[in-house]
Amino acid sequence: MEHLLHEPHPLETILLSRRFRLENSASIDTFLANEGFDGFRQALTMTPEEIVAEVKLSNLRGRGGAGFPAGMKWSFVDRKSPKPKYVVVNADESEPGTCKDRVILQYDPFRLIEGVLIAARAIGSERGWIYIRGEYRYLIEHMNAVIATAYERGWLGKNIQGSGMNFDFATQSGAGAYECGEESALLESLEGKRGNPRLKPPFPAQVGAFQCPTVLNNVETYSAAPDVILKGGQYYADLGTPRNGGTRLLCISGHVNRPGVYEVRLGMNMLQAVNELAGGVWKGRKLKAIIPGGSSCPVLTAGECDIPMDYDSLGKAGSMLGSGGMVVLDETTDMVKLLSRIMKFYAHESCGWCIPCREGTTWLKKILARLDGGIGSVNDIDTVDQIAVNMFGHTFCPLGDAAAMPTMAIVRKFRQEFEAKLQSTQVFVPEPGTRSLPVLK
Amino acid sequence: MTFSPELEARFAKMLENYPPGRQKGAVIPMLIYAQDEVGAVTPELVLEIAQRLAVKPIEIDEVVEFYSMLHRTPLGKHHIQICTNIACQLTGGEELWQHACKKLGIGNKQVTEDGLFSLEEVECVGACSWAPAIQDGYEYHHHMTIEKLDQLIEDVRRAVKPQ
Repeated sequence: MEHLLHEPHPLETILLSRRFRLENSASIDTFLANEGFDGFRQALTMTPEEIVAEVKLSNLRGRGGAGFPAGMKWSFVDRKSPKPKYVVVNADESEPGTCKDRVILQYDPFRLIEGVLIAARAIGSERGWIYIRGEYRYLIEHMNAVIATAYERGWLGKNIQGSGMNFDFATQSGAGAYECGEESALLESLEGKRGNPRLKPPFPAQVGAFQCPTVLNNVETYSAAPDVILKGGQYYADLGTPRNGGTRLLCISGHVNRPGVYEVRLGMNMLQAVNELAGGVWKGRKLKAIIPGGSSCPVLTAGECDIPMDYDSLGKAGSMLGSGGMVVLDETTDMVKLLSRIMKFYAHESCGWCIPCREGTTWLKKILARLDGGIGSVNDIDTVDQIAVNMFGHTFCPLGDAAAMPTMAIVRKFRQEFEAKLQSTQVFVPEPGTRSLPVLK
Repeated sequence: MTFSPELEARFAKMLENYPPGRQKGAVIPMLIYAQDEVGAVTPELVLEIAQRLAVKPIEIDEVVEFYSMLHRTPLGKHHIQICTNIACQLTGGEELWQHACKKLGIGNKQVTEDGLFSLEEVECVGACSWAPAIQDGYEYHHHMTIEKLDQLIEDVRRAVKPQ
């Protein structure tokens, strides 16, 4: 396994990551010797309603991207339903810029199991799966071993630690599809089908895995639950800002001196994270822009980055905290080339189900590739913006929005770069009446 | 079709993980693990899995077409996947890709004559903070440089040369 950790930075708030750097951190004995399963033990003394209330109090919001309040999501499951209830972990981690769930699973895997058990108790579930992207094969094998150990030591299976609670858990491999990170498409994949999203409502809490009530959250969201129970929802909430509780893992990448995964309180200043944690923009260059939470998030120009990192503040700034995938861009970054690459990604990953996304991402990819080569007119820039406007809010699932948002942001905030590319290209236009096509000089 | 005892054991265990009657959920994991052993998703493999899970072959085919890690023809012994998505593009991923294509003399999803290598330009592999990153099969290589890639290729070639 590649080594993923750096020395802890004094400005980090080490809570979720506190076992990462222990020797044999991934072993169950290290886990048990360091408050492992203490949160779950406490949850066993609580009613499901009390567990949900504590998670609501903590203001823990989904760490996969959407930031939906976890306690509220768990409360939507009808415990009295005669159908079996399921707990599903989203370990698809494919949002460009994001590489944190990997770190949790590699260095503190039993923490994830503990979080899942707490959720299972909260909704009355006896079975769950962790859906891991196919590329993370080493983590699938790793989690298979972790789960086997958990069964052996009585933390999974029948009558867990004599509590009367049963829970079965298994890994499920993906096979290369970003769309399967979308909750309903993930559930389709879990059922052995193409990763097309489902119409919502109904939401997974009512109709989820195998059509049964399901809680589906990101790896990091479940992994935060043990501390919410053990240290209390109020403690967790107070670490962050109002309605944005706790800490989160930030994946800083791009043009910085010290890229890495850092744990920060919700509300830490974004520029401080870049300059202090990541050592500032590399090669002595100036900051141009930051993509705050994965490629789906509207880019923020350098002047817009002096803000607290929480869901609400990023929302107010016209972007999103998202998946925590913070990509830093220096002054030499070619924004046209960047957007062209981002659209190539969305066009490839579009599941093809709905017209605005399937056609829209394809057009955007083609036009942007052409503009990146300097071929086109200024009208094409407006066309790109219009396509994005017409995709946004009109697609069957958020992938269309995820493509539209960065397009609108980059085209509007860096329009001059698009125009400059068009002006600087010399085109040889052949004589009228000849059969040759225009050629770039 | 028979698989290795290890794979058969894995499949048997997999089928226990689903609610009664919902074993179709095993399609994608079965396909990707079987592909490792068989080399590709052959028509024979499609029929085998369809039969084992009691579904129609079209239900297997439609899944194979959707997921990018499933392929119908064999790849190289070392399938080099180079990410050129944003974090890697910003730190040299595209240069790595172009170098790899030139060095091996093949393009995207192509295999070298000797079957040793294949190349694929991939989307984000989840190694952004350690970019640029590649995968050789399932194995990750972080902080890649052109020199390290050359060394990787060299090491593979040296290992297969008769002594």
